[in-house]
Amino acid sequence: MKARVHVMLKEGVLDPQGEAVRHALGAMGFEGVDGVRQGKVIELDLAEADSTAAHEQVADMCEKLLANTVIESYRIELI
Amino acid sequence: MKAAVIVFPGSNCDRDLAVAFRAAGMDVTMVWHKDTALPAGVDLVGVPGGFSFGDYLRCGAIAARSPVTAALVKHVKAGGYAIGICNGFQVLTETGLLPGVLMRNAGLKFVCRNVKLTVATAESAFTSGYSSGETVHFPVAHHDGNYTATAEQVAALKAEDRIAFTYGEPVNGSVEDIAGVLSDNRRVLGLMPHPERAADPAHPGRDGARLFQSLAGLVANA
Repeated sequence: MKARVHVMLKEGVLDPQGEAVRHALGAMGFEGVDGVRQGKVIELDLAEADSTAAHEQVADMCEKLLANTVIESYRIELI
Repeated sequence: MKAAVIVFPGSNCDRDLAVAFRAAGMDVTMVWHKDTALPAGVDLVGVPGGFSFGDYLRCGAIAARSPVTAALVKHVKAGGYAIGICNGFQVLTETGLLPGVLMRNAGLKFVCRNVKLTVATAESAFTSGYSSGETVHFPVAHHDGNYTATAEQVAALKAEDRIAFTYGEPVNGSVEDIAGVLSDNRRVLGLMPHPERAADPAHPGRDGARLFQSLAGLVANA
């Protein structure tokens, strides 16, 4: 089973990189971009075949390493 | 007193830190990140600057899960002293030994220069050689030094007098201009500026030397 983890900065945490991308888009003439948030996508190949167990396992990985939950939130997608 | 300096793949201030420790009279052992124990009788552990594990995932994140870091956490929980400088500060926040996180600099640029700092508290083994409110200059060299913490964490740091250093000029966008913080037992210091680069007679400034001298004196007598 494969899992895809989306790690994003939490709402309310200023994202200087996203802001820089937003400014660049504006400078290039792309209008109407009110906000840009930049995150990470991490794909995992898992031996686990049971989706409930896989989800639990990946959530544990997110809490302990993949995300810093002080500033980041994560979303797990099993594929 | 006995000190250990941890070396991760990608550390680059480890030897500078050892030089500063030795100049203050400490007996220093270098410890590799795969070691599972610290040398017996170590009073102080230094977590140096650099780019441990290439800053992969997040600065300090992989180093914080290294075997030697488990030994460091044990040392701190037993009341031992530790100092994390620059990447070492990032590692200490990732372990949870210090609150908050170091984000990308607000200006998105790597900042490398001598900066003005204020000693925010003299109440620690690290800062007792200074007076509260004193201005000092240490070099900074970082891309991710924008200190961020929850409102509750910042309130606790202020209420408990645990902000050790603040920036005296705009550097990286840190909340409350925080440059360094202390743990709740005041025995762990993390800071982005480099006191070990302002300690040697050959350095342009020597404001950092007192940090190591006071630490060596107080810890040896503790």
